[in-house]
Amino acid sequence: MKHAVTLTVNGERVEREVEPRLLLSDFLRHELGLTGTHVGCEHGVCGCCTILVDGAAARSCLMLAVQADGVELRTIEGLAEGEELHPVQAAFREAHGLQCGFCTPGFVLAITAFLEESETVDLSDGAIREAIAGNLCRCTGYQNIVEAVRIAARAMGKASA
Amino acid sequence: MTGAAGRVIGRSVARNEDERLLRGRGMYVDDVRAPDALHVAFLRSPVAHARIRVLDVSAARAHPGVTAVWTHADLGEHAEPLPLLFPHEHLPHPKTQQPLAVDEVDFVGQPIAMVIAENRYTAEDAVELIELDLEDLPAVVDYEAAVDQGPLVHADLPTNVAADGTWTVGDPDRAFAEAEIVVRHRFVCERSSSMPMEPRAVLARLDPGTGSLTVWDTTQCVLPVRSALVAKLGLPEDLLHVIAPDVGGGFGLKGYLLYPEELLVPLAALRLRAAVRWNEDRREHFLASNHQRGQAHTIELAATRDGVITGLRDDFVQDQGAFIAYGLITPWIAASHVAGSYRIPNVSVRYRCVYTNKVSVSPMRGVGRPQSSFALERAVDLLAHELGLDRAELRRRNLVQPEDFPYAREGLFFAGYPVVLDSGDYPKALELALDAIGYDGFAAEQALERERGRYLGLGLACYVEGTGEGPYEGARVYVQPTSGKVQVTTGLTTQGQSHATTFAQIAADVLGLEPDQVQIEEGNTAAFGFGAGTFGSRAIVNCANAISLAALEVRDKALRYAANMLEAAAEDLEVGGGMIHVRGVPERSVSLREIAIAVNPIRYTTLDPSTAGVERFAPARTWSGFERGDGPLLEGSAFWAPSSTTWSNGVHAAIVEVDPGTGDVRYLRYVVVHDCGVMVNPAIVNGQIHGGVAQGVANSFFERMVYDETGQHRNASFLDFLMPYATEVPSIEIHHLETPSPLNPLGIKGAGEGGSISPPAVTAAAIEDALAPFGVHVDEAPLDPQRVRALIAAAPGGAA
Repeated sequence: MKHAVTLTVNGERVEREVEPRLLLSDFLRHELGLTGTHVGCEHGVCGCCTILVDGAAARSCLMLAVQADGVELRTIEGLAEGEELHPVQAAFREAHGLQCGFCTPGFVLAITAFLEESETVDLSDGAIREAIAGNLCRCTGYQNIVEAVRIAARAMGKASA
Repeated sequence: MTGAAGRVIGRSVARNEDERLLRGRGMYVDDVRAPDALHVAFLRSPVAHARIRVLDVSAARAHPGVTAVWTHADLGEHAEPLPLLFPHEHLPHPKTQQPLAVDEVDFVGQPIAMVIAENRYTAEDAVELIELDLEDLPAVVDYEAAVDQGPLVHADLPTNVAADGTWTVGDPDRAFAEAEIVVRHRFVCERSSSMPMEPRAVLARLDPGTGSLTVWDTTQCVLPVRSALVAKLGLPEDLLHVIAPDVGGGFGLKGYLLYPEELLVPLAALRLRAAVRWNEDRREHFLASNHQRGQAHTIELAATRDGVITGLRDDFVQDQGAFIAYGLITPWIAASHVAGSYRIPNVSVRYRCVYTNKVSVSPMRGVGRPQSSFALERAVDLLAHELGLDRAELRRRNLVQPEDFPYAREGLFFAGYPVVLDSGDYPKALELALDAIGYDGFAAEQALERERGRYLGLGLACYVEGTGEGPYEGARVYVQPTSGKVQVTTGLTTQGQSHATTFAQIAADVLGLEPDQVQIEEGNTAAFGFGAGTFGSRAIVNCANAISLAALEVRDKALRYAANMLEAAAEDLEVGGGMIHVRGVPERSVSLREIAIAVNPIRYTTLDPSTAGVERFAPARTWSGFERGDGPLLEGSAFWAPSSTTWSNGVHAAIVEVDPGTGDVRYLRYVVVHDCGVMVNPAIVNGQIHGGVAQGVANSFFERMVYDETGQHRNASFLDFLMPYATEVPSIEIHHLETPSPLNPLGIKGAGEGGSISPPAVTAAAIEDALAPFGVHVDEAPLDPQRVRALIAAAPGGAA
């Protein structure tokens, strides 16, 4: 028994019929071909599958596709505007904040939500590390990701709290 | 000869691979589109050791949407055990795994049956319908006890000891007989795992028209996988292609071959004449992808009273898991590094690999180095304590000196080569680390803080890292006449090492280009047919030198053609900015693209008018026709085979704060001094160090694989296995030395694993130092808050 869902993904309206048990992560990857959302654990810990659901960071492996009915999703594919990288993406490149790139989309979206949340951001090492402590990375040791957050915050005009 | 912008080697240029990965356009195996693919799920053993009494797959076969269900009985010749990669006389009892279990299971997670269905959801439903009845056998969990007692993992073997060997340097018996002081202790490192963020995956597609089979695999070694599959499946190499597209981290785990799934998925595609895919989930990864680290070392040092170490004996046992397809690679690497950065002239090291009812171990970043370094550096600390000598001073007195190179340890071997440390400045590295961490002032700071109730401690460890093992790697460098871009193709793969940037820098440096004008193609057996793979900190040493030689060939050809085109003498030409020009006359120039167009007599000027511009030059050739070595293209290819291995080295120092009440440990400082010879891209080297230290920190205080007495894996999820987040990994301060290796033209050494070697030794030393008032000794890694509290409680000063 399939269910109809209607949602907005990266600004485009999507209508599909889905199995009730289909994970949102699988829906994005397999039904919509948005393979930039990666699946690292399927139990909500690693953060690789992080997307923005109505502007808030969420783990798409912990949601069913049917739960996304009526929401607005943003995935890594929808972050950059045209040729220009989003400031968080550009900061990752500048700071060498990625190696294998598998966890990167999840980090970029979690950090985007964090920086878009408020006008001022605490850019101390400890505060940034707390802010990104919902995502696992095995390559970078996080140090350059911390730096990328700082670079992105500056580029986005965030005042230091 | 280099571009106007100066040398490209040594610059921290931004990465060529980033833009694609940051936009979500990476292409990992599960991203490769195959909407028609069948999906695989495995029935895996729920217990550590049992006889299979009933295995009935009939209900699963009858389930709607299921194409096939296989057990070992369906595999025919492929039911045979998988290959033993490195047989050796020290390995008298080798056992390798059958792709699907036959009669018996030997570890939790071992594949028993394979379901192939229309999608993964249905495949997993069908797995649940398989009837499995097991008769439990006693499980072997404690590998040290299993050396000479208890049940056997493999009943047809006389022992659990798969391998037993000894290497000797000099005359250790005499050194110990004549020693003025001997220290002896047992040090243990527990099991962990590489744990890349991308689990393993295999997709195989048979093209029914041509009969060719293409396998996308998250492997670090496409060419060895192809060789194995060619042998197993009976297809010739022109009909079997292995592709490792983007791979989400490997750290050694994905360099293993063959995992059962790497054979079974291609076999299914071949037999079913279809596309078939399997994606490992995280639980499968914990249970059935290889582990590493578990070793117990009993180490002895012999020394004089004034602190000259004269002998070392190490006797270590490795928790092998149920099978040993990779032979003795891990114990050998542990043994080859056992004397570390020190001059110790007499060494004996015995290694034994012991079967247990757990998933097998195979190389993981650092391989055996962190374990033998843990034993050695802890023993050096112990010796300093016994001698009443400062631990930095003891190290200073024993380091290999700059004038000692090449320093041979006759009797030890690394990757098949005799251990000969090639170059470095170990004393300078130590002094730099001591200075950076503030060693001289620390004791006073520590005493002051103790008065305030804070427990600070400092840890220190030196290491060497054998890198750049052969046998060889190669590269083809080619100038595209359409875009002018330089295309470099190798037989390697990449899992985050930044080859698309560092390899591009090598070619760009020779050809006078910027690195973004060079593109790197890897991980495709159809594109380049010879090489080993990306592991063992070997890729840059072998491949960069091959690329450099191939690019030099291109440059020589380009200069020869340019001399003709510009009607100038080759020795008057300069290369730079993508151009070749007459020295002092920049307007007399020709681009690499124009040369690539001009050398091809087939030009299609009417189809592509942009190629007509080359007519303004004189002909590229002064002769008619092609001579030997000439052709219609601007390319070069070369292989590099090292004569020996390159040895990187370094020193780590850390300051931690321990809370004796909670047992929590916090890093206040972490300093790395690192020498990997000439650095191609310092930012990327730093990234490798950061990641290596993070894995080492994980092995020091967080990660362990927990098994209960029945061999059940008790923490097989990210909820229970404590992989560090950003809040646990310290900020790392790096200082570089650059001692070029004399063993290759570029002076490069490997840098992939160094960061992971010292953290367990450094962390243990720092915790011990912090808790010195209690009299705590740390001889295991990892610790955790409970263990720290238990150590304090058990220590002489801990009862209060």
